[in-house]
Amino acid sequence: MSHSNTIQVIVSAIHQVTPLIKHFVLRAADGNPLPAFSGGSHIIVVMRGGNRVYRNPYSLLSSPNELESYEIGVRRGDPSRGGSVFMHDQVHVGMTLEIAHPVNLFQRDKLARKHVLLAGGIGITPFIAMMEDLRSGAVPYELHYSVRAPEHAAFKDRLTERHGDRVTLYYDSAKQFMDIEGLLARQPLGTHVYVCGPAPMIERVIQSARAAGWAESHIHWEQFNAPPVGEAFDVELAKSGITVTVPPDQSLLEAIEGAGVDAPYLCRGGVCGACKTKVVAVDGTLVHHDHYLSADEKASGAFIMPCVSRATGTKLVLDL
Amino acid sequence: MSVVFKTDETFRDDFTFRNSPRAIRRFPLPFVEDKYMYSVNIEPHTPGPQGSITEFQFDVDEHYIGECKDREIVLNEDPLRYQALPHMMSAQWDVLELLMNNMSKDYPEQFSLTKQGNRWTWHNRLLNIRDEFTFGDPGTLPREPLDYITRQAQGDFVVMDQREGDFFIEAGMVTTPADWSLDFDMGMTFKEWHGPVPLAHEMNVFDRALKFLLNLRLNEPVRRLNWTMTINPRLDTSPEFYPRWGKDRATVTADNVADKAHIRVELQGLWRLPRSNAILFGIRCYLLSIREVATVPKWARRSHRALRDLHPALVDYKGLTRYRDLAVAWLSQYDDGLPTSPGNGPD
Repeated sequence: MSHSNTIQVIVSAIHQVTPLIKHFVLRAADGNPLPAFSGGSHIIVVMRGGNRVYRNPYSLLSSPNELESYEIGVRRGDPSRGGSVFMHDQVHVGMTLEIAHPVNLFQRDKLARKHVLLAGGIGITPFIAMMEDLRSGAVPYELHYSVRAPEHAAFKDRLTERHGDRVTLYYDSAKQFMDIEGLLARQPLGTHVYVCGPAPMIERVIQSARAAGWAESHIHWEQFNAPPVGEAFDVELAKSGITVTVPPDQSLLEAIEGAGVDAPYLCRGGVCGACKTKVVAVDGTLVHHDHYLSADEKASGAFIMPCVSRATGTKLVLDL
Repeated sequence: MSVVFKTDETFRDDFTFRNSPRAIRRFPLPFVEDKYMYSVNIEPHTPGPQGSITEFQFDVDEHYIGECKDREIVLNEDPLRYQALPHMMSAQWDVLELLMNNMSKDYPEQFSLTKQGNRWTWHNRLLNIRDEFTFGDPGTLPREPLDYITRQAQGDFVVMDQREGDFFIEAGMVTTPADWSLDFDMGMTFKEWHGPVPLAHEMNVFDRALKFLLNLRLNEPVRRLNWTMTINPRLDTSPEFYPRWGKDRATVTADNVADKAHIRVELQGLWRLPRSNAILFGIRCYLLSIREVATVPKWARRSHRALRDLHPALVDYKGLTRYRDLAVAWLSQYDDGLPTSPGNGPD
């Protein structure tokens, strides 16, 4: 089941907020308020560019209390992958885009006694909305936000205006680095930690928290993998009876959709598990890029997550 | 034809509850085949045919007033049938909004909602309630939002918070349970809550259902049917008041089974809630006596077969042991052995 009910939105403003990040403001094409959501949610933006359709997840950074518009921040990514480049180069004010209803795979824990939010670069976006939810509550929270240099600190002014000294900024250029171990060590019992940023940062926070004895239930992270590029390969869809070529710059899921086959998905970032697909046969290697399948499942070769994972070799047959 | 709302129906003592011919025809018979077994029978909660119980998200039918009155009686005696933990307040507002938006849109003659920013006015003409309040400010409503709105809706409601890859029951209004207790189950996880259900755990039904629900999306609610049987059209078959109704099972005879025994169907709906990311679980209950079942020849045949061949563990779990055979025997006179048509609708 793919998204049956998308929403038409009009791009009402675009701001270049850092050398690499653009900020988009989207309003419903019918003029109505957009659906309510919770901080940490993302939307899938459907972009129709030429003969390709991109569907990329972007965290909502606007306030959940303001539903006249949604806001997203898009970092210009690898030029060989289309979505973010399309957003940067092709999308202009007044243009209509299609989005799916918000989904939250990174929600705050409502029983936390304190929230510690750790952001690296574009990983700031889900926290901006989450902090609007936190701002009206009684539970303490703090944000630690690390960027390469001051000119890369997207949305810094908005954050410090709304949240004051709850926000700490770190600039690599000034040799300011987050003391993750120290931060975690001084948190009171009942604190939840949330991290969104580059993979090594996420990994380090998870490992540090575990090493310090944090419960798994108190460690939260979100990382949307952009579908990595790779070599072209063919996939045979057993139920549909067709064979599709997956080009280097397209994901397996995109290629399947491009062939007109309706495959299930939700996050398109290897996180949620919705697109988990049975591998009927493979002659070659499955290249898993997801965070969903267990190590055993990956090793078994029985399943693949087509939103981010690929294959090499001469044959791949999927139960689709 | 518009619904005629009954004004003085009871679900206790003198049991004046009856179904109109129209209500019988729209009854959701739980047996989609001549044989019944559990399945993860979840489908999108999309609009059904006009007049059917799934035409709208929240079905309001001829029994509305009596059901709301019965809820008041239960709550006066046992206030713990409504509970909500403090961190569920945003979910409470989500539920209030969902119910008010849908009820006023789908039943404009009975309910109206006007909004001026966060200043909302709710008018319930069936219960003669009119309140102005500020959305998001609990102090402006006479009761907590979930309590307030579910006293004006048919069926039970449970709100589950999502954490740790699981759901926790942390708010609800449960005055018409089929022998389960909100007070007892508060704080339980999804599987703990379903712990007493036989067979289904071995079939991995709850693993699959949990996985499915964790990915439930906004604006894409789902539904399923569940069923049991009840003696007398009693809505409150709760463990709290078991001494009042448990003994009814021993009063069933071959002469009265057709009127005493009711098939009780739950239309269970699941909605993702937007601000809280919690899940609303609605349990909307329909009752049909065995005599009313037999007014539809297809249903008589099929119910006879499904009840006759029901798995013994389900007979026990659903509490049918004492009177199932009587109901089967009574229905058998209507089963001529002919095949039944597909689906559960009347012919």
